[in-house]
Amino acid sequence: MFSSSLGKKYLMALTGIVLIGFVFVHMAGNLQVLLGQDKINAYAHALQSLPMPILWGSRLFLLVCVILHAWTAIVLIRENRAARPQGNDVEVTKRAGLSSLKMGLSGTILLFFIVFHLLHFTIRTVYPEYNDMMTTVGAPEGEEVHDVYTMVLAGFQHIWVSVFYIVAMFLLCGHLSHGFSSVFQSLGIRSDSWRVKIELGAKAYAWVIFLGFSIIPILVLGQKLDFISFFEPSLFSDSLAVR
Amino acid sequence: MNLDSKIPEGPLSDKWDNHRFSSKLVNPANKRKYRVIVVGSGLAGGSAAATLAELGYNVDCFCYQDSPRRAHSIAAQGGINGAKNYQNDGDSIHRLFYDTVKGGDFRSREANVYRLAQVSTNIIDQCVAQGVPFAREYGGLLANRSFGGAQVSRTFYARGQTGQQLLLGAYSALSRQISTGQVKMHTRHEMLDLVVVDGHAKGIITRNLATGETKAWTADAVLLCTGGYGNVYYLSTNAIGCNVTATYRAYRRGAGFANPCFTQIHPTCIPVAGDHQSKLTLMSESLRNDGRVWVPKKAEDCGKNPNDIPEADRDYYLERKYPSFGNLAPRDISSRSAKEACDEGRGVGPGGRGVYLDFADAISRLGESVIRERYGNLFQMYERITGENAYQRPMRIYPAIHYTMGGLWVDYNLMTTIPGCFALGEANFSDHGANRLGASALMQGLSDGYFVAPYTIGNYLANSGAGTISPDSPEVKEVMESVRERVDQLTSSNGNRSARSYHKQLGQIMWEYAGMARNAPGLEKAIGEIQELRDDFNKNLLVPGTGSNLNAELERAGRVRDFIDFGELLCRDALERKESCGGHFREEYQTEDGEATRDDENFAHAAVWEYKGEGKTPARHKEELKYDNVKLAVRSYK
Amino acid sequence: MKLILRVWRQDGAEDEGRFETHQLDGVSEDSSFLEMLDQLNEQLLEEGTEPILFDHDCREGICGTCSLTINGLAHGPEDSTTTCQLHMRKFSDGETVTIEPFRARAFPIVRDLVVDRSAFDRITQAGGYITVRTGSAPDGNAIPVPKDDSDKAMDAAACIGCGACVASCKNASAMLFTSAKAGHLNLLPQGKAEKDKRVLAMVEEMDNSGFGNCRNYGECSAACPKDISLDYIAKLNRDHAAAKVRKIFT
Repeated sequence: MFSSSLGKKYLMALTGIVLIGFVFVHMAGNLQVLLGQDKINAYAHALQSLPMPILWGSRLFLLVCVILHAWTAIVLIRENRAARPQGNDVEVTKRAGLSSLKMGLSGTILLFFIVFHLLHFTIRTVYPEYNDMMTTVGAPEGEEVHDVYTMVLAGFQHIWVSVFYIVAMFLLCGHLSHGFSSVFQSLGIRSDSWRVKIELGAKAYAWVIFLGFSIIPILVLGQKLDFISFFEPSLFSDSLAVR
Repeated sequence: MNLDSKIPEGPLSDKWDNHRFSSKLVNPANKRKYRVIVVGSGLAGGSAAATLAELGYNVDCFCYQDSPRRAHSIAAQGGINGAKNYQNDGDSIHRLFYDTVKGGDFRSREANVYRLAQVSTNIIDQCVAQGVPFAREYGGLLANRSFGGAQVSRTFYARGQTGQQLLLGAYSALSRQISTGQVKMHTRHEMLDLVVVDGHAKGIITRNLATGETKAWTADAVLLCTGGYGNVYYLSTNAIGCNVTATYRAYRRGAGFANPCFTQIHPTCIPVAGDHQSKLTLMSESLRNDGRVWVPKKAEDCGKNPNDIPEADRDYYLERKYPSFGNLAPRDISSRSAKEACDEGRGVGPGGRGVYLDFADAISRLGESVIRERYGNLFQMYERITGENAYQRPMRIYPAIHYTMGGLWVDYNLMTTIPGCFALGEANFSDHGANRLGASALMQGLSDGYFVAPYTIGNYLANSGAGTISPDSPEVKEVMESVRERVDQLTSSNGNRSARSYHKQLGQIMWEYAGMARNAPGLEKAIGEIQELRDDFNKNLLVPGTGSNLNAELERAGRVRDFIDFGELLCRDALERKESCGGHFREEYQTEDGEATRDDENFAHAAVWEYKGEGKTPARHKEELKYDNVKLAVRSYK
Repeated sequence: MKLILRVWRQDGAEDEGRFETHQLDGVSEDSSFLEMLDQLNEQLLEEGTEPILFDHDCREGICGTCSLTINGLAHGPEDSTTTCQLHMRKFSDGETVTIEPFRARAFPIVRDLVVDRSAFDRITQAGGYITVRTGSAPDGNAIPVPKDDSDKAMDAAACIGCGACVASCKNASAMLFTSAKAGHLNLLPQGKAEKDKRVLAMVEEMDNSGFGNCRNYGECSAACPKDISLDYIAKLNRDHAAAKVRKIFT
């Protein structure tokens, strides 16, 4: 099923769909930071408390999708380079957009970003002290839970970390705007009349994802640099950020 | 020369049936013992190769192009006739037969034409089943249009690309046979000679254009499906590679060449723009359905913007001279009228060789969108080539050589005077007489390839028995040597003129003296000039490079060499045919108002030329044409 | 017009290629691109150089023989136009024009600008046909075909097999060609019986020929002289997936 050139495209598209869906759910969860410390902490706690098979099953599934997506991309790129060993002396592009031409580059950077992001906020080895942030705010029964709210605010007060996150989300936006419409093309689930609508829809979706993810580091940075006041001011201290 | 046409007995409508019944069949199990060579992969060659392979014969198919799908049949635009009478407008097999014989100015063979009309309906069925996307009506059934002056709508079409679609149909059938191994396809191979052993065609010699290798191929029968010789005029609507070499070489080996002077000029081509011109582009004749042809009445208006010339100063000469057919007058008549107008100094465009084809009336009557829908691709093509917008100013058109009715003489079985050597499609002379009707070339190519030759070849093979000779036999080697010598001679040509320059000069001679109008002194002059050109060619030709790889100059030189000899033959035929008929217009033979005068008493025959040796005058033979079913009438389109 | 021409020369598939630069004066702007090359070749002959080889035949945009990548664009700068129909009025006086062959592993160079596109023939041979013996066809009007389907089939069948899709694709993918041929037949009721077999076989042959993978750039369709739409690629993707799934369950 997946051995032919088209099969690999199906695999890219199917794993792509999973990841496209995942980023939306992830974004929706993140946005609860804007609703306050109790909301995001409670949400994070609820996720962490899912039964083992569901929690790890989903994590594993997502990981497999990312790996398959990346691996297939590498195979495809190698085949494509072999199919055109000598390029044109004058290389011109007539129609293809930058985002579609640079899927490999954006994908590679996103892969690095995913690894960093997991180490940063999930496994928390970049700043191990994030593990010690505990609070009762947002806990369902008053016990101590991990203070995701404080961690996020602390995390994004590092300017370069925030910039990296925003740049990565911009690349994700480009990746999605080509990738999302490509899903329909690669699986052939579109008609002539839907082409334009799908392309517009994919672009809109990509920008929503970009804004949804980037708004948090942008707001945090904005407050850090005293342009706005949105979050709890006490959490904005150099000591917190440096720690 | 034996010119027995082998027309079967019986009434016209039963001849083909009778013939098929009386023909010998090859036992199915024995078919694989036979090998057949098909040269050319256009409509005739492609369809014949595919069908013969389906029947079980081993087929070797050759084409000079890089793919069989590129044969020049692909360029036919308008459509294909079929006597289906789907339109209920009075069409029938007999009517198609009659129209074709009449359109051919009574110089074709009745029995062949009738068979063509009979199988025309099978062709449509076959092509539809192959997936040819013919135009359809909203109910899902096939659409038709009237074409080229026909009074009924019997033309099936696929937009402006009918030839392409039919060829892709034949090519797909051929591809299926290539995939089974029943056809061996040899692309970039050019046939340079025919091998005749004991009077029978037994093989061919080819040159592999990519590697330069000359090679002998042997078989039980050879089919020449190599198209026409329009490129003898240098500028024509043919593809650059189209050439006469295969049929001319067969002629030199003993095949009679019939009616070479019957050439068709197409009235709606884009005029020559300048000296750089390498070919002419045809625009579908269907344009004449809505366009009006005119030239300025006064020569001094020719340089003006056509839109500034008032109605009263325009001469719609076709409507004036042929009120009942008007702009749809047959090809030869429209072409000649354009020439006359230009000869009078009323031509327009570069060199004064063009007439206007004006859509202003049609646009104001039907709206630009309707015209765009009907002819959008043609208008676009016109703009690409000329840089002019035909929605805003009239197109300029001029006649150009388009099709050649003459070709190798064949009997009812499509066999030439060399037993075992068959000629199909435009390469033979049989069906179109002195003038071909629109949408009939595709019909004839496919009729010969799908439905006629597969039967008649079976009959020949059953009678002659399997007997492929070895490519190493002395008879084959001898021909091979002569081909090698010829190629070596060309590659060692160290003169100072390119083959193209000779071709161009030959074309000028041909167009001037043997083009739309011919006369005896002109043709004699042309023969003299061609002979001088040949001497010059032999002395001063320049061919760079070697014969051991792809060498376009060498290819061209070989083709031009044969065109030079053939051009002389064409002029000779035109000189001897002392009448005007169809595409052959002799200025000496016309009425007072300039209409062609046919001479049925002395020229109701096919002239068949026999090669008599290098430098010797060929012999002219006759096949008398008998008309038992139609009355010879004067073609009148007034 | 005066032009500076940078032309790719290569003796054979295995040889090193190189650019040669020539100056050509007195080019008419009414001449076609190939007529301009004819003129250059006449000049080269006079100079005692071997002329440049390029593929061409009908010179009216339908046979699909001509190729050439001109200033980085397959068939040159004009939309919906083959090289033979491209005219010199689209270029400016004194311009430098770079002429390269159609580049792809599946299209090995024969000589100079001539490439071997027989891979396309092999894809057709794998399944680009409807099996119908001569003489066995039912009446042409026996099966009505909805006009819309017939028109769409015709749009696909307009493909001239020139290979510009492959040459313009950054990955040298042949998906536009293959999908046009398959789409033409799959859309028609006559072609339905062999649909699954056809798409599987044609895609397999396409892969074996060494073409790259489609990445949905759309460069192919932009370069296509016959404007074949990407819709056919979507359709081939769908037909192929369905065929694969059906194969699993049969």
